[in-house]
Amino acid sequence: MGAIALNTFLMLIVALSIPGVINRTRSILAGRKGPRLTQHLHNVRLLLKKGSVYSTTTTILFRIAPAVYLGAAIVALLFIPVADLYPLISFDGDVICFAYTLALARVAIILAAMDTGSSFEGMGAAREALYGALIEPALMIGFATLAMFCGYTSFAEIFEHEQSFNLHHTIIMLLTAFLFVMITFVESGRVPVDDPRTHLELTMIHEVMCLDYSGVDMGMIHIAGWFKTACFSMIAANAVAAMGCFHWWFAVPLAILLTGLSVGIVESTQARNKLIRNTTFIVTISALAALIFFIGYLLQLNINI
Amino acid sequence: MIYYITDNISGAIALTDIPEVEYAALYNDLKERLQEEKYHVAHYFATPEGNRLKFYILLLDDEQHKVMISSFSMDYYEDVALPSLTALHPALHPFEREISELYNVEFDSMPWNKPLRFSFDRRNRNSTIDTYPFYTIEGDSLHEVNVGPIHAGIIEPGAFRFICNGENVLHLEIALGYQHRGVEKEFSSTNNRLRQTLLAESIAGDSAIAHTTTYANVVEKLLHLSPSENLIKERAVALELERMAMHIADTGALSMDIGYQLGQVACEALRTMTINTTQAWCGNRFGKGLIRPVGTNKPLTEAKCKMILENVAEISRRYNEVRLDIKSSPTILARFEECGIVPKNEMYRIGGVGMAARASGAKRDIRASHPFGIFSLSGSGIEHQSIIKNQGDVMARLMMRANEVLQSAEYIKAILESFTPTEDYSRPDYSTSLTPESLSFALTEGWRGEICHVAITDKRGSIATYKIKDPSLHNWLALALAVRGEGISDFPICNKSFNLSYCGHDL
Repeated sequence: MGAIALNTFLMLIVALSIPGVINRTRSILAGRKGPRLTQHLHNVRLLLKKGSVYSTTTTILFRIAPAVYLGAAIVALLFIPVADLYPLISFDGDVICFAYTLALARVAIILAAMDTGSSFEGMGAAREALYGALIEPALMIGFATLAMFCGYTSFAEIFEHEQSFNLHHTIIMLLTAFLFVMITFVESGRVPVDDPRTHLELTMIHEVMCLDYSGVDMGMIHIAGWFKTACFSMIAANAVAAMGCFHWWFAVPLAILLTGLSVGIVESTQARNKLIRNTTFIVTISALAALIFFIGYLLQLNINI
Repeated sequence: MIYYITDNISGAIALTDIPEVEYAALYNDLKERLQEEKYHVAHYFATPEGNRLKFYILLLDDEQHKVMISSFSMDYYEDVALPSLTALHPALHPFEREISELYNVEFDSMPWNKPLRFSFDRRNRNSTIDTYPFYTIEGDSLHEVNVGPIHAGIIEPGAFRFICNGENVLHLEIALGYQHRGVEKEFSSTNNRLRQTLLAESIAGDSAIAHTTTYANVVEKLLHLSPSENLIKERAVALELERMAMHIADTGALSMDIGYQLGQVACEALRTMTINTTQAWCGNRFGKGLIRPVGTNKPLTEAKCKMILENVAEISRRYNEVRLDIKSSPTILARFEECGIVPKNEMYRIGGVGMAARASGAKRDIRASHPFGIFSLSGSGIEHQSIIKNQGDVMARLMMRANEVLQSAEYIKAILESFTPTEDYSRPDYSTSLTPESLSFALTEGWRGEICHVAITDKRGSIATYKIKDPSLHNWLALALAVRGEGISDFPICNKSFNLSYCGHDL
């Protein structure tokens, strides 16, 4: 029981810390001091204290979407174990349930965006739907690799039973960790796929769908975004930790730094993709996932390398 | 002879010296001449003179460095349609649209007869900005995206109507006029020359120095005075500082739009350093208060020269690093190259001017073709070599800026190293009366391109008509062409690569 409570608490810590680390990394690389590490929390606290304004063209769909979005993100968060701890929800096949819980969140926000009738938001919804569909194979094949390698289909068991220290295992786990870091970039809408800081509606993907949200609703969408990011970075961190140091005190800082630093560095030094090249970029991630799956399969056959 | 031939540095022209011809003769001549790349129209406007409507046209000959001026007139309410030159040479569209909007002059077979800036004294009061006739295309797979007139960023108002097929832009129409302030009317409604100078400074805030220099030149020509060599040099330094500041700012803005943080923060810092240099000189970051007709209140001293030289050297050194960084970054090149292309022949056809035109290979540079100020001084002057690029894409426009920044830095260095400050400088003159019944014009190459001011004085020597042309007037159409066939998400970088002025267009 204590392990489950600690697990949930640590996941929250990871979710709330990553945006701060990203911003600080970006600031340092730009030669600035940067905002305090908790600035994003203060911003969202302000949003949560405010009321919301609704466009008269929107329906109930628009109003419930943030709740569905946040709810789905919370449920997804509860599936993820922190290294040797145990998640609140765990059953056979929960990896599939996790993926489609997040898909539900995506559908809710896409429908809400279309509900506003704005041409911007329709455009954003189309892009989000396309990229969501393209990244799904990568996610599924990534889970399949893990499941095949250790013979379980729930996050808790996958990582718990996968702690032998041989070379094959290390290779697959490192590759999977890399895959999930890439997926984090896409799923949390960071450079090079999307740019959360841009003010140009025409280039936005995720942000443009939330243009009509304000106050509480906007706050909920922000929080849900942090939770999503935390899920994927924790999966990546677990995969790395499983190579040798499978303890929560190792996995938690790793999850924060892995995403925080990699996103921060990429956003400071690299330009965004041309929108049309995003599809290639995401399909490449899926291809990479297939390749990793294939390598995993070969290694399982115990080919000597 | 149907033209009065002069150049960019000669004094004002008596109105009686300008030949008045039949429109048909002018039409036939322009029809032929404008086919040649060396000719383009700097200004073409109508103004009431007595009970007649008088039209003036300023034609530039880039190779002979000549300005050719002609005029024709018609009755105020004459009901004849003039054959449209726009139909043959689209470059003339803003001029014919303005004449048509203000005086109801009909141009026969004018292909794009849309309101230009909804001036208060327009003839047709039913034509308002809310009823702007947008071009439409019907089709099941097409959708329209409207951006503006109020934008999310800190920019001015203007409506952009995209017709898209999915992510691809088929057509963009830009409707401006929201910023119309009646600047030209303000010039003729006052005789207070200081007030006029201040007006010139606020025609377009980012080109304050360029516009005020142009105004000062117009006034000095009407006074038949030529500024002292020191004054010319100071104005040249100010103009090149403005060019540097704006080009650096746009390099930063382009970096920001593609999410390239390092380029953005480096350029923001450098731009601040540049405009702070101007501020340290004259007390205003945009050079307001620096340029005054005939004289100056802010002469360069030994210490200020040294400060500017040091700052400019540091800025150009650091900016060059950013330039090399951008040129060697594959992710940045992937965004900028082959994006928003305007081919050379299109640029000539629509009359593009300034750095945007030069990035497409069109040789339009007043500093070289119609030298003014420092570029026209013999001996201690500068012979300007235009930078020309041929690709016509966003990258070409960016590199155009980058190279011009370095070129301007060298000009400033060259000017200031031979500069001898003097205690005995001339003061501004706001009171001497202007030559009556004359036409005076000045052409300046601001950072954006060709700026043209024309003043016509009445019998008492006060300004009766003042006409302003900002390069944006021509180049907005270039932006509309640049995004055709591009993804709509690349519109912002195309837009930023031109960085056109709304208020400079709307006046």
